[in-house]
Amino acid sequence: MADSMAPAAPEDGGTRRDFLQLVTASFAAVGVGALVWPFISSMNPARDVLALSTTEVDLSPIAVGSAITAVWRGKPIFIRHRTQKEIDEARAVPLDQLRDPQTDQSRVKKAEWLVMVGICTHLGCVPLGQKPTDPKGPFDGWFCPCHGSAYDSSGRIRQGPAPTNLAIPDYAFESDTKIRIG
Amino acid sequence: MASGLHESDVANPVLRWIDARLPIISMMQKEYGTFPTPRNFNYFWNFGALAMVNLLIMIATGVFLAMNYTPHTSMAFDSVERIMRDVNFGWLLRYVHANGASMFFIVVYIHIWRGLYYGSYKAPRELLWMLGVVIFLLMMATAFMGYVLPWGQMSFWGATVITNLFSALPLVGPDIVTWLWGGFSVDNPTLNRFFSLHYLLPFVIFGVVFLHVAALHITGSNNPLGIDPKGPQDTVPFHPYYTAKDSVGLVAYFAVFAILVFFFPNMLGHPDNYIPANPLVTPAHIVPEWYFLPFYAILRAVPDKLGGVALMFGSIAILFVLPWLDTSPVRSMRFRPVARIFLFLWLIAFFVLLYCGGKPPEEPFVTIARVASAYYFLYFLVILPLLGRLERPLPLPESIARPVLRGGGPLPAGAMSKPMEKA
Amino acid sequence: MPVKATLKAIAVAAGLLAGAGLGALPARAAGGETALPHVNFSFDGLFGHFDRASAQRGFQVYKEVCSNCHSMHLLSYRNLRELGLSEAQVRGIAATVQVKDGPNDEGEMFERPGRPSDRFHSPFPNEQAARAANNGALPPDLSLITKAREGGAQYVHALLTGYEDPPAGVTLMPGMNYNKYFPGHQIAMAQPLSAEGQVEYTDGTKPTVEQMVEDVAQFLTWAAEPELEQRKAMGVKMVLFLVILGGLAYAVKRKVWADVH
Repeated sequence: MADSMAPAAPEDGGTRRDFLQLVTASFAAVGVGALVWPFISSMNPARDVLALSTTEVDLSPIAVGSAITAVWRGKPIFIRHRTQKEIDEARAVPLDQLRDPQTDQSRVKKAEWLVMVGICTHLGCVPLGQKPTDPKGPFDGWFCPCHGSAYDSSGRIRQGPAPTNLAIPDYAFESDTKIRIG
Repeated sequence: MASGLHESDVANPVLRWIDARLPIISMMQKEYGTFPTPRNFNYFWNFGALAMVNLLIMIATGVFLAMNYTPHTSMAFDSVERIMRDVNFGWLLRYVHANGASMFFIVVYIHIWRGLYYGSYKAPRELLWMLGVVIFLLMMATAFMGYVLPWGQMSFWGATVITNLFSALPLVGPDIVTWLWGGFSVDNPTLNRFFSLHYLLPFVIFGVVFLHVAALHITGSNNPLGIDPKGPQDTVPFHPYYTAKDSVGLVAYFAVFAILVFFFPNMLGHPDNYIPANPLVTPAHIVPEWYFLPFYAILRAVPDKLGGVALMFGSIAILFVLPWLDTSPVRSMRFRPVARIFLFLWLIAFFVLLYCGGKPPEEPFVTIARVASAYYFLYFLVILPLLGRLERPLPLPESIARPVLRGGGPLPAGAMSKPMEKA
Repeated sequence: MPVKATLKAIAVAAGLLAGAGLGALPARAAGGETALPHVNFSFDGLFGHFDRASAQRGFQVYKEVCSNCHSMHLLSYRNLRELGLSEAQVRGIAATVQVKDGPNDEGEMFERPGRPSDRFHSPFPNEQAARAANNGALPPDLSLITKAREGGAQYVHALLTGYEDPPAGVTLMPGMNYNKYFPGHQIAMAQPLSAEGQVEYTDGTKPTVEQMVEDVAQFLTWAAEPELEQRKAMGVKMVLFLVILGGLAYAVKRKVWADVH
C-alpha cells in the first residue's frame, strides 16, 4: 500500500516517507487489533459462569451396580458404583485393543467408583446406560444413541465414531462417601 | 441541463426533480425495465426472484415474531407458545416463518440445480456463482441458529451436535467450542447470541444478494441454451416479459407455501421440538432439519471425526471451485449428452444422502451414504474435469432466436424497438 | 422446445418438493414401531373442526382422571370459553383450585381461589416432586402432547387403548405396564381409562372406554392446536384466492408474450 502511494521522489526523502507510512500503518493495525479483541473476548464464558465451577456429591445412597447423574457446569456427570464383575471386565482388556489406550486404574481414584463427564466425545450427546432399563451397548458400559458410539465399563471408547474415552473431570474424595468435582 | 444533475427522461415533474438528483428511477428502469434478458428462459429462471421474495417474507415475519419472543432458556419455549396461542395471528406469523425456512431451501436448491444443469457457473459468471454459494452458507448458518430459538429438544440437541463439530479442529477445537457457547455447554449465553446473530445475518444475506444481483447485471443472465445473446433479436426487455412470467411462478410458489402453512404446518418439523429442551436427556434419534440432511449424511458417512467434519464442509466448499473443475466450454447440459447422465446421477446421490441423513446411523444406511458421498465428490473432482476433455458435445444452435422460432412466426421486429410504456 | 422445457422444469421442481417431503417423513416415522389403528376425528381434513361437545367431555376426563398426574401448564381456564363453556362455568371450574398468590401487604404469600386468567393447576410443584410421586417416571405435560408425539391424536388414542398382557417371554421391569404402542412397550403409567362409567358424563353420552379415549384425544388436540379451525378456514380461502390470481397472472403472461412466441 505504501509503495503505490509513493510517487517518484528523491531517493533519500522517499525512503524516509515510506518508512514513516509503514510505521503509521503498523501502529494503526495494532490499534484495530486491540479494539477487536474486547468484542471477541466478550463471547468467552463470563465471570458468573466461571464462578459455578465446583459441586459436591454424596455417594452414600448409590447402591452397588447403580449409577447417578450429577450436574456440573451444566454437564451431566456419571457416577457409577461398579460391581466387581464390571471392574474385572474393564481391567482384563488389553491396551492394544483400545482406540484411546488408558488403563482402568488410571481412570479411577477408587476402583468401585467411576466418575466421568457423561458427554459422548463424538458430538456431545448424553450416552445411555445410567438407568437399569437403558441399553448399555456391546461392551457393558454406555451406548450413545446419536451416532452409535459404545463405551465399556470404564467409559473407554470401543466402537463407533467417538475419538476418545469419556472424559474424567477433576475431582477429589472429601471423605469415603463424598466427592468434590471441579 | 444544470451541471452535475442526472439527465432524466421521467415525465412526471416531481419524479424528474428527484431522479435528476438521485437517479434511482432511471436505475430501476435500466436494471428491471428495459434490461435486455434472453428471450428463451424456462420456468427454472423464476427461482431467483422467488428466493428474493422468500428472503423478504422471512425478514418481515421475523421482525414481528421478535417483538414477542424472549431469548432466555427458561422463557423461550413458553414465549413461542404464547405467540401461538395468545398473540393475534401469532400462529400465522410463526408457521409462515418456520415453513418459510423450508420453502427458502426448496427454492434455493432448485435455483442451484438450475445453475448446475445449465452451466450458469461458467465464465464469465464465476464470481456471480461464488457469491451465490456465500449466500447459501449464510442461509445455512441463519437457519441453524433460528431452529435453536424455540428451545425445544431438537433445538438444544441440534445446537449441541453442530457446535461440537468445531471441537474436531486440532489444538484450538475445545477452546473454540467454549467460545461459541459462552460457557461449558449450550446454555443461556448461547441462546442469546444465536438470537442476536439470527437477527443480524438476514441483513448480511440481503447485502450479498445485492452484490449477487449487481454481478448478474454485468454479465447478463445465462439461458437454457447456454449460448450468449448475439443481438436484440435474442433478448426481450425484462419488463413486462419476465415480470409477467415471474408473477405466474410467484403465485404457484405461494400456493405450495399456503398449503404447507395452513394444512400441514408441522409436516417438515420434528415432534420432539414441541418438548422443552432438557440438557440431561438426549432424544433417541437426533436429526437436523430436512434441508441439512444431505450434509449430515456426509458427516456421518466418515468413521473419523475430523474427517467427517472436513468432508461435510468440503461438500459445500467444492462449489466455490466448480467453475474451474468443469473444463467443458459448453454451458448447457442440453448439449452434453454424457455429462447430463452423470449430473442426474449426482442429483439422485443428493436425494439418497437426504434420505440416509434422516435414518439412524446403522446398516444399510451407513454403506449407502458412503457410496452416495463418494459419488458426490467423484462427480465434481473426477467426472467433470475428465468429461470436459473426453465428451463430444452436440452442435450448438447459431443463436437463441433461431431455435425459438423453429416452426414459429416471423421475427417480431417491432417487439424489440418498441419504447417501454411503463417504468 | 419451450413447452417441453417448461414441463420438465415443473416436473423437476415437483420432484424436489416431493423429495424434501420424503426425506423428512421417514426421518420422523423411524420412532414408531407398531402401526397405529386409524380413528376418524372431526378435526381431520381440509375443513376439519372441533367437536365441542366431545372436547368438553374430554376436558371432564382430563380433569377427573389425567390431571391427577399430568399438568397442562400452557392452558388457562379462560381458554375453556373457546370450547363453548359459559363465563360462569369457567369461573366455577377455576374456583375449584387454590392458587398461590402474593406477597400481600404484610409480605406473606397466600392462597386464593383460581380465576379464569390463571393457568391450569399443576398436580406437582416441580419435576422432582412429580418423579418422586411416580416411581421415578415423569408424567409429561399434556399441553402439546398431540404435537409432540409422532401420530398426534391417533397416537394418544392408540396408547390409551393399547394396554394388554405382556406376550410370553417379555418380563416387565417392576412398576411397568405393557403397551403395544409405546416405544419399547414398557410404560410406567398404568391403564388410566379401564372401565365403562369411570367418568359420569352429564350430556347423556355413554361413557365407554372408547368414547372416553376419543373425547380426551379431541380435547388434547384442541389444547395443542387451538388455532386449527381458524387456520384451516383461512387456508381454504387462501388457496381459492391463489387459484384465481394464478389464472389471471397466467392470462396476463400469455397476452404479454403473444407477440414473441
